[in-house]
Amino acid sequence: MKKLIPSIFLSLACCQLVNAQETESLLKGIEDSIPPNEKVTGAFKSTRVINAHSLEMLGKGHLDFRILHRFGRVNQGIKQFFGLDAATMRMSFDYGITDNVMVGIGRSTLRKEYDAFIKARILQQSKGSKSVPLSLLIAAGSTVWTEESFEPVKPDFNDRSAYYVQLIAGRKFSQRLSFQLSPLFLHRNMVETPEEEKSIFVLGGGARYKVSKRIAITADYHHALDGVPDDNTDPLSIGVDIETGGHVFQLHFSNTSGMNERAYITQTNEKFFNGDIRFGFNLSRIFKIRK
Amino acid sequence: MKRIFFSVAVILAANHCFAQARYFSKDAAVSFYSKALFENIEAHNKTAICVVDMTGGKIEFSVPIKGFQFENSLMQEHFNENYLESDKYPKAAFKGTIPSVGNVNLSKDGVYKVPMSGTLIMHGVSNPVTTEAVFTVKEGVASASAEFIIKPEDYNIKIPALVRDKVAKSVRVVVEIPLLKKI
Repeated sequence: MKKLIPSIFLSLACCQLVNAQETESLLKGIEDSIPPNEKVTGAFKSTRVINAHSLEMLGKGHLDFRILHRFGRVNQGIKQFFGLDAATMRMSFDYGITDNVMVGIGRSTLRKEYDAFIKARILQQSKGSKSVPLSLLIAAGSTVWTEESFEPVKPDFNDRSAYYVQLIAGRKFSQRLSFQLSPLFLHRNMVETPEEEKSIFVLGGGARYKVSKRIAITADYHHALDGVPDDNTDPLSIGVDIETGGHVFQLHFSNTSGMNERAYITQTNEKFFNGDIRFGFNLSRIFKIRK
Repeated sequence: MKRIFFSVAVILAANHCFAQARYFSKDAAVSFYSKALFENIEAHNKTAICVVDMTGGKIEFSVPIKGFQFENSLMQEHFNENYLESDKYPKAAFKGTIPSVGNVNLSKDGVYKVPMSGTLIMHGVSNPVTTEAVFTVKEGVASASAEFIIKPEDYNIKIPALVRDKVAKSVRVVVEIPLLKKI
């Protein structure tokens, strides 16, 4: 009997131990053995921050119909209804060929300019066992303006064209904050003044801060390093993204009316902080057209 | 010496009593179906983990929210960003009991339907749920399935008025475990 007591005590203790484990999760051990690995998505609401390409891509088989408007300067006052009497626009269709490659075509009323681009994702930010700290994308495009020229020597198709390549590197730092840097190289086949250069390097940046699930504050900015006329200014846009299901409304104030890379980099000469601000909006409607 | 031997024997015996027939699956499939006026939405997730304790009649699931794959990637993004908020609540879980687990014999072919009840934790909200678990043994291979009807509003998932006719009031969730392996 004496011998039995400690044995029983011990086995009871053992049972207790087993029971203690019981109240913990059954999944313990198994759940931890699977390395979590997930892609970080939703750094921006749309494939454009405002003017610039963002870290986002269209999903495979998705068509994004975008209508962009840039109104006149707000500081023109009530006579021009704070700029709303005049507008330039760009219409575009973007399409996701795969989840990592998309193409787009557009046309702006400013200079009657066509543009086309291809954009690809090289790296996608992810966390877990295969952690990638940032996303890296590349966009390349071309523009050609078709407005009638009154120059003595008419520019041909080649003279009217420009090309750009842009790298977009960025990170979604938290649920709310995303930031990207987007250096760009632009080449125009013809320039208007001798002080301009055909090839220019541009630094770009963009950010968004989510204030609620469906509303975010965004900004994008570009600075040409050299080769643009002295009266050129850096395009700066500050806006609000509002997402409602398949639509994204990007409302913003900006000092540029250009809506493609050539236009907003080389055709901006208004000073944001002097009040030369224009109201504008981008409307994006996404359709799933292929499986 | 004799005493130690005896103790060890008792411990082993005790442990044996409490040793459990535990089964698990690392690739349980969880699908959901939302049928609404204007849109049918479905998504599939094959990354859920499930453990069933066939002696104690306990069952647990863990479902990574980001594992849900939609045909429409925009929907998938909205599901994660706006509805389930998967950055904040990365997993859904179910902890339940099967009181009549004794009626299920996983070593004998047959179909066993047993009531199951427990707590479903999703989007930071816990709710009691009751359903039926179906264990199927065919040629010695055990599989299991269950179905839940979930109301998004019960889990504090708000559907904006604009898309109210696109998301069902009640969503059908189907869990299928193709192969229950013994631990």
